[in-house]
Amino acid sequence: MGKLPLRARLATTIGGAAGRMSRLAGRGDGSVIGGVIGLRMEPNLLALLAAGRQIVLVTGTNGKTTTTRLIAAGLTAFGLPVASNAFGANMEAGLTAALGRAPDAPLAVLEVDEKYLPAVIKATRPRVVTLLNLSRDQMDRAAEIWLVARKWRQALAAAPDSLVVANADDPLIAWSAAAAPHVVWVAAGQRWREDSWCCPQCGSHLLRDELGWRCAECGFARPPARWVLEGGSVIDSSGRIHGMSLSLPGRANRSNALVALAVSEIFGVDPEQALPRMRQVASVAGRYTRFERHGRQVRLLLAKNPAGWLEAFDVLDPPPVPVLLSVNAREPDGRDTSWLWDVDYRVLRGRPVFVTGERRLDLAVRLEADGVPFQLVEGVDDAVELVQDASLDVIANYTAFQQIRATFGRAE
Amino acid sequence: MDADMAARGGGHARRASSLRLVWVYPDLLSTYGDRGNLLVLERRARLRGIEVESVLVNADHPVPRQGDIYLMGGGEDLPQTLAARRLRADGGLAAAAQHGAVVFAVCAGYQLLGAEFGGEDGQLLQGLEILDIHSGRGERRGVGEIVADVDPRLGVPRLTGFENHQGVTKLGPGAAPLARVVAGVGNGDGTEGAFAGRVLGTYLHGPALVRNPALADLLLTLAVGQLPPMSDRDEEWTRRLREQRLAAVPAGVG
Repeated sequence: MGKLPLRARLATTIGGAAGRMSRLAGRGDGSVIGGVIGLRMEPNLLALLAAGRQIVLVTGTNGKTTTTRLIAAGLTAFGLPVASNAFGANMEAGLTAALGRAPDAPLAVLEVDEKYLPAVIKATRPRVVTLLNLSRDQMDRAAEIWLVARKWRQALAAAPDSLVVANADDPLIAWSAAAAPHVVWVAAGQRWREDSWCCPQCGSHLLRDELGWRCAECGFARPPARWVLEGGSVIDSSGRIHGMSLSLPGRANRSNALVALAVSEIFGVDPEQALPRMRQVASVAGRYTRFERHGRQVRLLLAKNPAGWLEAFDVLDPPPVPVLLSVNAREPDGRDTSWLWDVDYRVLRGRPVFVTGERRLDLAVRLEADGVPFQLVEGVDDAVELVQDASLDVIANYTAFQQIRATFGRAE
Repeated sequence: MDADMAARGGGHARRASSLRLVWVYPDLLSTYGDRGNLLVLERRARLRGIEVESVLVNADHPVPRQGDIYLMGGGEDLPQTLAARRLRADGGLAAAAQHGAVVFAVCAGYQLLGAEFGGEDGQLLQGLEILDIHSGRGERRGVGEIVADVDPRLGVPRLTGFENHQGVTKLGPGAAPLARVVAGVGNGDGTEGAFAGRVLGTYLHGPALVRNPALADLLLTLAVGQLPPMSDRDEEWTRRLREQRLAAVPAGVG
């Protein structure tokens, strides 16, 4: 921090103190307030704090927080401090606070809100920009995703020094990344395809087969990937095969780890070094956290949008393990619950289903339409009392998830 | 419901014994849970003992002309433009509407039914000319809960839904407003949606029929004639959701 201008140093110090105070006062994890105060004193603070560091940005609709965490884990191989916004505070203030908290870290891995990516690329001049996926999410406040992809294209074209690591299986991501001169393509898969029926380049129908996707009209096609997931193994950029056993469950997390391995390699960290470090990550900002309640094991899963719900269904314990669904529609969730109708809940048939959250009636009507029997409950404790089994999976959207975490502790 | 319209219910050439629902272009026009409308119609028909056959028609396939109820959802600018081009070239939807099929379209789909709509850069593009409306791009985006009182001739209680659009729609003499806005934006002039005969459109986006079961029943009645009532038990969750949403939006907001 020695080379920072005086005002930036002061802004960082005071912001950091505010963050600590916020944590002590139990008002939050203090990951935003420090940045807000610092930026008010020095509007250029993010760029000043980023200068001279090697920065990785991570964005996409789903998997940002987890992938950020996995990349940061991989980069610990250097034995140097890594700055990161590990709690998902992913707008300018959160990024500023994360860098301010770790003034001596030469490396930073930052998750970035999709909408803010262009501004953050400009401010931080990242070494690597990581693009995961794009699908419908909170459309009452976020921009339509084609618009987001177009803005990414412009931002990446204007930052030719940044290396892009991008998911070749997602057509919108491929279209965005194709604007960059240097791309490492990763076959991270695409579970949710309802937003990519059409060619992002010309709008025509995309053809899909086992090899990927291509446009019959303009010829835009899935780029060949250098990193591939093959069942439980990774094929790396030089064709070597590594067993990918993670502590995090599910196909989506294997994809996140694949991307994280590709990013780690850019920094010279080999998969053999990175994988054991990634394996140590067992929960991410409360996701997959387990806690005990009245003798029952409760596991927390976060699902914020249709693609995220599919991923959560993938990692549910098999029936008859009961599941509790909790949905809110506050500002951070999106006020509109229409997306519930994009999720196919029929996979929940055959297990007890409990429903809670501020929009539980929306969920009730949705489940009824899918022929999934359910029971309305007040919250986690009610469901725990009603289940006969030893465990309960909970899937909640953003603020519903945070409410449960606040009640049952912020244990990692 | 308009006696004239009810009398025509079930009158057009419905060959199969089952009700044929056609979801037009779910690949292009399905942005906000539009599947909900199909699921609600299926459920409410089946609970009345009506057999249902649902057909999902992607944009690279012809639109069948023998459907009873056609559904069209919302979409972003580019898919909407593409859908207009394909539907005009195909002609199936317009032909079905002309032969008396029921059409229910929301948001981008609603705009498509008209003579013109605003494209990606605000330029006016040609619609399907099934409904006498003209749409363009407005000054601001209307985002939020919408409440509107339906044309009393339709016998449908107050609408509750969510809107998210920048469209402004003007009705020609051949169409009537579906409803009057109580809270929200709708067409932009205090009216909401439009209808003419068996063709209805609305800015209530996505699963508009979920919170408006009477509107769903209107579509079914237009297609098959009078329906028996549903049991209180089968209506309970929908009724509770509807009451909660209507209570959450103070009248006169927006």
